[in-house]
Amino acid sequence: MSRQQFPKKDGPRISRRGLLLLGGQLGVVGVLGWRMRQLQVENSERYRLLAEENRINMRLIPPARGLIFDREGRALAVNRQNYRIVMIREQAGDPEEALNRLASLIEIPEAQRARVLKEVRQKSAFVPVTVAEHLNYTEFARVSANSPALPGIIPEVGLSRFYPEREATSHLVGYVGPVSEKDLKEQEDPDPLLQIPRFQIGKTGVEKLDEGKLRGHAGLSRIEVNSVGRVMRELDRTEGTAGANLQLTIDLDLQNFALQRLAGQSAAAVVMDVHTGDLMAMASAPGFDPNLFVFGISSTNWNGLLNDPYRPLSNKSVSGAYPPGSTFKMTVALAALADGAATVNETVFCPGYMEVGNRRFHCWRRGGHGHMNLHDGLKNSCDVYFYEMARRVGIDKISAMANRLGIGVRHDLPLPAISEGLTPTRDWKQRTQNQSWLVGDSINAGIGQGYVLATPLQLAVMSARVATGRAVVPRLVRGVDSKLIAPEEAPDIGLDPRHLAAVRGGMNAVVNERHGTGWRSRIEDDSLAMAGKSGTSQVRQISAEERRLGVFRNEDLPWNRRDHALFVAYAPVQAPRFAVSVIVEHGGGGSSVCAPICRDLLLQALYKGPPPLSAYPASDRDEIEQRRALQPEAPARPAHDRA
Amino acid sequence: MSFVPPPGSRIPSGPAKILYFHWGIAVLLAAVSCVGFLMLFSVADGSLEPWSQRQMMRFGAGFALMLVVAMINIRFWRSLAIPSYLGSLALLVAVEFIGEVGMGAQRWIDLGFFQLQPSEVMKIALVLVLARYYDWLDPEKVSRPLWVIPPVILTLLPMGLVLMQPDLGTALLLGIGAAVVMFLAGVSLWYFGTAALAACAVVFTVMTSQGTDWQLLKDYQFRRISTFLDPSSDPLGAGYHITQSTIAMGSGGLTGRGFMQGTQSRLNFLPEKHTDFIFTTLSEEFGFVGSISLLGLYTLIIALGTLSALTNRDRFGSLVTGGITATFFLYFAINMAMVMGLAPVVGVPLPLVSYGGSAMLVLMGAFGLLQSAHVHKPR
Repeated sequence: MSRQQFPKKDGPRISRRGLLLLGGQLGVVGVLGWRMRQLQVENSERYRLLAEENRINMRLIPPARGLIFDREGRALAVNRQNYRIVMIREQAGDPEEALNRLASLIEIPEAQRARVLKEVRQKSAFVPVTVAEHLNYTEFARVSANSPALPGIIPEVGLSRFYPEREATSHLVGYVGPVSEKDLKEQEDPDPLLQIPRFQIGKTGVEKLDEGKLRGHAGLSRIEVNSVGRVMRELDRTEGTAGANLQLTIDLDLQNFALQRLAGQSAAAVVMDVHTGDLMAMASAPGFDPNLFVFGISSTNWNGLLNDPYRPLSNKSVSGAYPPGSTFKMTVALAALADGAATVNETVFCPGYMEVGNRRFHCWRRGGHGHMNLHDGLKNSCDVYFYEMARRVGIDKISAMANRLGIGVRHDLPLPAISEGLTPTRDWKQRTQNQSWLVGDSINAGIGQGYVLATPLQLAVMSARVATGRAVVPRLVRGVDSKLIAPEEAPDIGLDPRHLAAVRGGMNAVVNERHGTGWRSRIEDDSLAMAGKSGTSQVRQISAEERRLGVFRNEDLPWNRRDHALFVAYAPVQAPRFAVSVIVEHGGGGSSVCAPICRDLLLQALYKGPPPLSAYPASDRDEIEQRRALQPEAPARPAHDRA
Repeated sequence: MSFVPPPGSRIPSGPAKILYFHWGIAVLLAAVSCVGFLMLFSVADGSLEPWSQRQMMRFGAGFALMLVVAMINIRFWRSLAIPSYLGSLALLVAVEFIGEVGMGAQRWIDLGFFQLQPSEVMKIALVLVLARYYDWLDPEKVSRPLWVIPPVILTLLPMGLVLMQPDLGTALLLGIGAAVVMFLAGVSLWYFGTAALAACAVVFTVMTSQGTDWQLLKDYQFRRISTFLDPSSDPLGAGYHITQSTIAMGSGGLTGRGFMQGTQSRLNFLPEKHTDFIFTTLSEEFGFVGSISLLGLYTLIIALGTLSALTNRDRFGSLVTGGITATFFLYFAINMAMVMGLAPVVGVPLPLVSYGGSAMLVLMGAFGLLQSAHVHKPR
């Protein structure tokens, strides 16, 4: 090996290749530098933004939900502190052991324990998992006091909805529940708050329809998170605004009283201020405890509510549409008078039936009433008189009058499932049933049967409009955030005062004249006397046939086929202040079942509390005294045959 | 065989050798390492623990090693070339049996105080043995087919072993490093052309093997390649590394977010922030100015190294210097290209900056060899 020669021979060759190599390397370095420039100079804005997105999370702070009060400021829906226990696994260590330690302080049912363990396994170690909710204060305090011995177990206070009045206002106020997929789909531009797990929104009642006011606006907390989402620190925070507080027109005492009076029945009652339209009470019995829904209702409870034939979940006062029966007679009379088809004093002879074509329409009194004018027709609730009125004036004018009085039209209240009722017309029948209107249909409608349907709310509105001659509009919200909303002055309804006076006189006679159908339920205090009208509506059309054959008496029928009992009233007769309507499903006769309830409600409203016994007819005083002694215990539901 | 200096040349001896040290490279190495200490301090949230301090100690040891290696005559190291190659080969075989398993690969031998990565040692041993081979070989024969075969076998043996671990990145580094030495030694360009074509054929074969019975790469390696081609296809999975590291670099902008202010690395969006991806932290915190400066330091090192190789008339020393410089270049170029999304993620550390024991010591040892070649070159 001649080492001495290699510098001469190889030196230049290495140099050339070495320089080539260096050149190539510098080329690569150039590419690297160019890429750095591209990333860090040209596009740095974009990447800066991406890095911020990585880093910063917005977290919504749920606002406190607006409260709901009655007209006196008594709470109907409040936010109660929800004492809960959460567990953070990375601090708690073995979750089983942590639960064991906790179980020595509070009760943890087996199912809950399993749920917690499952959730803990699924979520990241730093995500809090709710172990127990809705603890009472004692339990909460016990856990808090022992917290040094319970690493990773954290007592927290949140807000959850509570309805202190439970059944009393369940249908009005409604309840809140967790946001469902369906809720999200219904909204065009969903509030980001709805995405918060366990966030609750109104599901029924005022809670649902006034959701927008009650919810409030979310606060925002900007937090820095790391790559796995662990919160590192809060950067800043804007508090949200709490939802608006709502004051309803409801008087809680009256509402409670109404519910007590209806207890044991499937029934509804509405009390309305005839001047402002304020709904003082709106009861639907039976009620349910809305708190069950907030806590997460069990399937047993849910099925119980769903399958109850008394339909506790339905708000019968606005969504129940019933044939109004004889309570519709004022409307028929006013339609006939306004049309000039009859005069106030004109009489109709009642032989106990009316024949049209080959059909015979019976009066409730088989023997007939004899010659009846408007006053006596209402007082005795003579069917034939109103058959004749209806025949003369025709259905279209009756329906128009009904609409004017508030039946068959929608009253805009913050309540869901408001029924419009039904006021049929010739057109309507042709359109929906493809049949032409028959005289018999009009005659049926004359006594509030057939196709006519009204809700208890509409009947109360009708009663208020008859009492005042003004187009009173019902309302449920009296104030928002302690600012009262002034009620609008109701416009005159445009009916002849003499016609109205005649109808009112008839309603007065129903209660305050001997032999009137409501006589037994009169108010003895003359200054507070009530005027009203009873109604008994057949549930099925064929029951007329059955009655003609004398096969069944009402009491012989199963509960769900018996007649509905109704009564509408207003008081005081001289200067009306409140209108009321009551319906008891399958309750039998309106005068015997509903009239006393109407009277009691009116007295309660006028006195703003229990009236003196002297206001009641002597025959009823003993019973009322007994009932008061029993209060506030609600009477047990009678054992109706529920077949 | 005794060392006979070329006529008219002078080899420094004794303590005077220190004067012939390539101090430029030594200072640059220290500078780059200091950048590493700083970044390891930063990614530990302003703490010397657990990385920065240990890295300093390793650098100290490594620097001492470099000095010691440098003082010893390059002829001695030449005599160790074949034994060190054989030893490394033996370690690579051993790692198959007793290696520690980590991240789906067998790479380490746990020596108790130290986790030895035989593939790291092999990178230097391969350069040494090839330089030794071409030093011995008559320059006339360099491009003759028969004489091209031995170095190819010498290269393929360790490459195959490393691929079995499996560690594609290191295998590629070994192959390219060897090719550089052969290139410098003067092997005809035809061979390189042919090899490039063969490589393409191999790549094609490997890619088409995906999903078949004879699949040549692990699934995760295929995933890395496919996500390299389109990182957005799997932003939370395998593409996560590339996406997050480009975000980090880009968000650094011109002058960076400031020392210890990088949110991406602070908040753990960056994977392996103290090892393979440490460059992104630097880029995020010191911006374009910082990253281009580090690139400048590296470039200076390879420039000085290459110049030293060019001026060395001793064939062995020259080839070793060139090989080591090229290997060093491959390290940082592949790492940077990888974190910037220009190359697939292959697990190559950033030399002297990434936290790692073997890499630091082996690298400083290698620079010791380079220094030895520089000190002992005929002048």
